[in-house]
Amino acid sequence: MKFPEECLYTRQHEWVRVTEDTALVGITDYAQKELGDVVFVEFPKVGDSFDTNEPFGNVESVKAVSEVFCPLAGEVVEVNQDLVTSPELVNTDPYGDAWFVRLKIANPEEVKDLLNAEEYAELVAEESAE
Amino acid sequence: MAEFGGWEMPIEYAGIIQEHLAVRSKAGLFDISHMGEIVIQGPESLGLVQRVTCNDASRLKDGQIQYSALLYPNGTFVDDILVHRLNENHYFLCVNASNTEKDYEWIGSQNRFNTVVENVTTQYTLLAIQGPNAQAILQPLTESNLGAIKYYGFVFGLVDGVECLISRTGYTGEDGFEIYFAPEHSERIWSRLMEKGSSRGLIPVGLGARNTLRLEARMALYGHEISDQINPWEAGLDWIVKTGKGDFIGRSALVEQKVKLTRTLVGFEMIGKAIARDGYPVLHADKVVGTVTSGSPSPFLKKNIGLAYVPLELSALDVSLEIQVRGQRFPAKVVSTPFYTRRK
Repeated sequence: MKFPEECLYTRQHEWVRVTEDTALVGITDYAQKELGDVVFVEFPKVGDSFDTNEPFGNVESVKAVSEVFCPLAGEVVEVNQDLVTSPELVNTDPYGDAWFVRLKIANPEEVKDLLNAEEYAELVAEESAE
Repeated sequence: MAEFGGWEMPIEYAGIIQEHLAVRSKAGLFDISHMGEIVIQGPESLGLVQRVTCNDASRLKDGQIQYSALLYPNGTFVDDILVHRLNENHYFLCVNASNTEKDYEWIGSQNRFNTVVENVTTQYTLLAIQGPNAQAILQPLTESNLGAIKYYGFVFGLVDGVECLISRTGYTGEDGFEIYFAPEHSERIWSRLMEKGSSRGLIPVGLGARNTLRLEARMALYGHEISDQINPWEAGLDWIVKTGKGDFIGRSALVEQKVKLTRTLVGFEMIGKAIARDGYPVLHADKVVGTVTSGSPSPFLKKNIGLAYVPLELSALDVSLEIQVRGQRFPAKVVSTPFYTRRK
């Protein structure tokens, strides 16, 4: 399982790539493996604003539906339309082509609350052991 | 792995879609040892079987299997089961895992016959090999002539030297076999089947694809389409109710209910991308009219399908329904079932 160093992570298995005042958000390799074959992704609308950890979308696999949570408070400035037609990208390229949304970060202070790759890998190891 | 009634069960191996499509086009191997087995033995075995089941077991010959159900006096389901007749004094029931103990106690409580009921679940491993290549894969491992086993028939034979009950049954909508044998041989038989089968596309299949396969074939799942709140008329299982066979538990209630039917199980497909899931409300003309019993993407049809109980007047083909998905309503329509039927 891959946890790229350049990403930050949440306890609910989203990854975040921060570039200045925006953040690209997706779900992690661990999350996509747990879900299995992804068949549908439901996004927020561009212009919607969310608080930290507020549910802002859903990802559905054949067997289950799972909420996606907003890792940082902010406004959605872009959604990845490719996932509408090719939701399976979430399985094949979770950290690349399968980004969900781009956020305009409301409070840059929050970035430091996210987990780094090493901390996230530990969390996954604990959850997998359960 | 999922915990299921004390059994550790794999939900998926390679992925539900890949496993599902392998069963439709080639073959899949399932470990379904969690299923329960109950044996009824003694001179009045048929009497007990007839008393506790709604189908007519007197029509069975040795080596034949019948889909049937155990019912409560009010006509609702204790469980749906398979009845195998070994001979007139010996029946073998395959029952749902989570119901094994309940079924065993229920049958025992009705046993006023000269016969013995035994829960033999732990004496059997149950593997299912399903799909168009199932026979070709299994045949080299047994001297039993698999081609001679009819659908819903069974034989006793050796598979790789191990004594087995081999039945032509399944829960996928495909041709295939279910093999019961002593658990100490589980790993070897599994490995031998995989060895023989991999060149014919055989892959392991978990509970996830087992569910999508049975849903496409419109086979009922206990706790979803059938339960102690539902009777066989509602579930569309009229064909397993033989009120003319003589008295049985639930019969008088069923006779009354047949003319008072108010809801029925229908298949529907979503119009658009929303996915219906178990338990979602079904609406018509702004009113909640029912509940989804099973809903899922269909890997073979590439549509989002489901089963739901709706009022009788909304059960006709093409009737428009709405399914409530996370607070929003999405259109669906009633379609004919099974969603999938194999070409014979």
